[in-house]
Amino acid sequence: MIPEIGQFALILALLLSIVQGVLPLAGAARGNPVWMGVARPASRGQFLFVALAFGCLAYSFVTNDFSVLNVANNSNSGLPVPYRFAATWGSHEGSMLLWVFMLTGWSAAVSIASRSLPEEMVARVLGVMGLIGTGFLLFMLLTSNPFDRLFPAAQDGRDMNPLLQDPGMVIHPPMLYMGYVGFSVAFSFAIAALLGGKLDSTWARWSRPWTTLAWCFLTIGIMLGSWWAYYELGWGGWWFWDPVENASFMPWIVGTALIHSLAVTERRGAFKSWTVLLAITAFSLSLLGTFLVRSGVLTSVHAFATDPKRGVFILIFLAIVTGGSLVLFAVRAPKVGLGGKFEIVSRESLLLGNNVLLAAACGSVLLGTLYPLFLDALQLGKISVGPPYFDSVFAPLMAPAIFLMGVGPLARWKEARIPDLAMRLRWAAVIAVVSAILVPLIAGEWTLMKSFGYLLAFWVFAASLTSIRERLLVGTQLEWSRLGQLPRGYWGMIAAHVGIGVFIIGVTTVKSYEVERDVRMDIGDTVAVGGYDLKFEGTEEVAGPNYSAARGTVVVSRNGKAVRTLHPEKRFYPVQQSTMTEAAIDSGLFGDLYVSLGEPVGDRAWSVRVYSKPFITWIWGGCVLMALGGFLALTDRRYRASLAQRSALPAHAASPS
Amino acid sequence: MKPRHKRIAIIAGGVVALSVAVGLVLNAFQSNLVFFFTPSQVVAKEAPIDRTFRIGGMVEVGSIKRHADGLTVAFRVTDTAKTLDVVYTGVLPDLFREGKGVVAQGRLGADGLFKASEVLAKHDENYMPPEAAHAIEQARKAGATVKQP
Amino acid sequence: MTKFLLPLGGFIAIFAFLFIGLGLNPREVPSPFIGKAAPTFELGNLHRPDSRFGTQDMAGKVWLLNVWASWCVACRDEHPLLVDLAKQDTIPIVGLNYKDKQDQALAWLKQFGNPYRVAVMDADGRIGIDFGVYGVPETFLIDKKGIIRFKHIGPITKKAWEEKMLPLVRELQKS
Repeated sequence: MIPEIGQFALILALLLSIVQGVLPLAGAARGNPVWMGVARPASRGQFLFVALAFGCLAYSFVTNDFSVLNVANNSNSGLPVPYRFAATWGSHEGSMLLWVFMLTGWSAAVSIASRSLPEEMVARVLGVMGLIGTGFLLFMLLTSNPFDRLFPAAQDGRDMNPLLQDPGMVIHPPMLYMGYVGFSVAFSFAIAALLGGKLDSTWARWSRPWTTLAWCFLTIGIMLGSWWAYYELGWGGWWFWDPVENASFMPWIVGTALIHSLAVTERRGAFKSWTVLLAITAFSLSLLGTFLVRSGVLTSVHAFATDPKRGVFILIFLAIVTGGSLVLFAVRAPKVGLGGKFEIVSRESLLLGNNVLLAAACGSVLLGTLYPLFLDALQLGKISVGPPYFDSVFAPLMAPAIFLMGVGPLARWKEARIPDLAMRLRWAAVIAVVSAILVPLIAGEWTLMKSFGYLLAFWVFAASLTSIRERLLVGTQLEWSRLGQLPRGYWGMIAAHVGIGVFIIGVTTVKSYEVERDVRMDIGDTVAVGGYDLKFEGTEEVAGPNYSAARGTVVVSRNGKAVRTLHPEKRFYPVQQSTMTEAAIDSGLFGDLYVSLGEPVGDRAWSVRVYSKPFITWIWGGCVLMALGGFLALTDRRYRASLAQRSALPAHAASPS
Repeated sequence: MKPRHKRIAIIAGGVVALSVAVGLVLNAFQSNLVFFFTPSQVVAKEAPIDRTFRIGGMVEVGSIKRHADGLTVAFRVTDTAKTLDVVYTGVLPDLFREGKGVVAQGRLGADGLFKASEVLAKHDENYMPPEAAHAIEQARKAGATVKQP
Repeated sequence: MTKFLLPLGGFIAIFAFLFIGLGLNPREVPSPFIGKAAPTFELGNLHRPDSRFGTQDMAGKVWLLNVWASWCVACRDEHPLLVDLAKQDTIPIVGLNYKDKQDQALAWLKQFGNPYRVAVMDADGRIGIDFGVYGVPETFLIDKKGIIRFKHIGPITKKAWEEKMLPLVRELQKS
């Protein structure tokens, strides 16, 4: 009964989404306020119905209703309740439902927080979101219905993939999807602006907070995915340039460019068509990511559900959405004009440089991801593009972008002067260079690559400090009381930039100083890694709720003193007949000790991976800082003010500079 | 600066950035693409000797031998037509089993022994890596016999 | 105007490749086995493990080889159809019990009905690999000379049976 209610709710949501997609858009075109007025209630209604469907599916999972095919395939009565709930979005069908749930959630949020927007704009934005919803609801109902029944019901389910039975993996997809789907708001705003023919700084101001919010979620989502891969896949890597990872990373790169470009469009009215193009690209890449993951066209470490028929549907949808909006762009963008003028050296031009570099980086990732497919399509053989390609293309493109990132916040809009900038940043440059030389020397042997990594990181820190210092300066006097008066948007930017620096420190240190040792350990054997001695004391059999495991005991000591005991596990999940490596990690601010069991070799000996990963937590810490920066910027006074005011603002009066 | 010059300068900057990116990509492609060969192709000497490439197929049943150090593993990869000797030192992935699909990346020695630097097996019990499936399919298309030893 | 068309052009190029790539999916490629002799096997009988059953026992008959397992949920979808076929005695069906445990497989057949003339155990999946099985269920149609004539991937639907397989079965049985 419950699954049928869910199914019915989905059908109703589809009908509402069609209404939401057609009437308001038509109303906006003909100036019919009644039709436009449909947008808000329709989007909220659609949200309620999809939420109901989601609740029904979650209920079926939690109550072990194995007469639902999706539940029987992806859950098991032995699965702990939180994972049963998480299994709701663990399958392809469920994750699509989550996708639509998020989409309608964003769309309902827009309908609530858009009271200060002109009716026409709201109608267009919600209309476009309604059309996207129609596409995905159709996709779900036609090719991947989460409520399909199974007759006769299964006795028990096939269980959730053991890899996914993990707290990190429980929240990773919702965060990632919040980001993916969140870009649909920026996309809808861009399309609405193109449709309305009014591409001024106002639409940039409206879509900016939404874009930032989506970007924050995407950042967190990618970070969780990387963290999960690190501790769950059992080989200590944190990023593999895997197609699925790239699929989430490309929208992030373009989203980052979009955030910056929106800032220019809002404040100076420049880059208008470029910003629109970025908004279209960010969402298209999100769709492409969905396509790549769901169609199975690319080989990947973790493509879980693949089905070519679904791929065809998503591809057609991608063609309509992206193709359609690019046609619209080609028709409307030439009339937009250039907007605010600026000199060759100015904050605008620096941001433009950053945008070009980010776009090039995204293009190279896209090329590397799709290249094997291209060759295969042309029958030129099978190849794979591995991490070395991405490392050797991505890093050189990002290095200048990070240099510009230090300069940008200090440059003036419209016109800046290089000698002046060099003067103001000279101390930052000195600090960066000196630290970059000293740090590797103190830590051990010096190499150019290490130094270069640290140079970028310290450059970001020092330039950010310089920027803060200048803001506090009154004449030659530091006015500390101004610290609290700086806008939160500014602090958000600083936090995000410092986050990049923290991230670079993490990456550089891990790449330079990590120790990875695969060893054979008998009971009593000791191995020294990263200043610690690790003693293997054998394994014992333990039973988990839905698995059995060999649990190793490794005593970590420093200078002969035992400091910690680690318990890596090798788990066996009988329902799926699969083995899982559960690494034991002693995590700290300055580095991790990582131990995972390989396999039994000989009598009671095991092959063991023992890794020391200095500063690896900084990688994810940097990402968290970036996301926090985004959230901080969202609490800026002007957004709170516009929420409180709730009345139409004149189009240009409120734009601060 | 005149607007026209400014425009030219911006375009020139864009072109420079773009060509640097293209250069990087081409350079990286040249040295970092990993080609894929089937055991039959390797045995027929179609694979390069001093370059990293990937092989795929099935781990032949009964072929896994562990060296005394406990970490070095020798096994044979077959596409059902031809087999290739592979040696690997390190911890193998959870799903590395006899009779299962496998993809290995490494270099071929002049003695015909494939030294793997990486062994990949996917985290799904019933899954065969596409490259491995491809190798087996190629061998079958070539009209090879299908019997396993 | 033209420069604003560039993004569209780029997208169309990528789209074309994605579309071709989709067609290359290994699951959609027809099996290289069609028209070739079926791999031979001799395996233990599921119901009487001490007796063996092999491909030569089906020589001179048109038959179906159905790959299934008790852990396979999709197998339940096609199972009623197979049971119907067995009742009408349309065609003998041999079940290849793939990577399964004997007691579970027997319990499963007891619960859902046994459509198989003979069911054999392929516990380690070796024969499945010989047949190029990508997943379960898969069904092979084999003619009197032991040549594979058709392969169905996934659960057999009524439509697929009536439109694709049954006419072929009738034709092969006549020859």
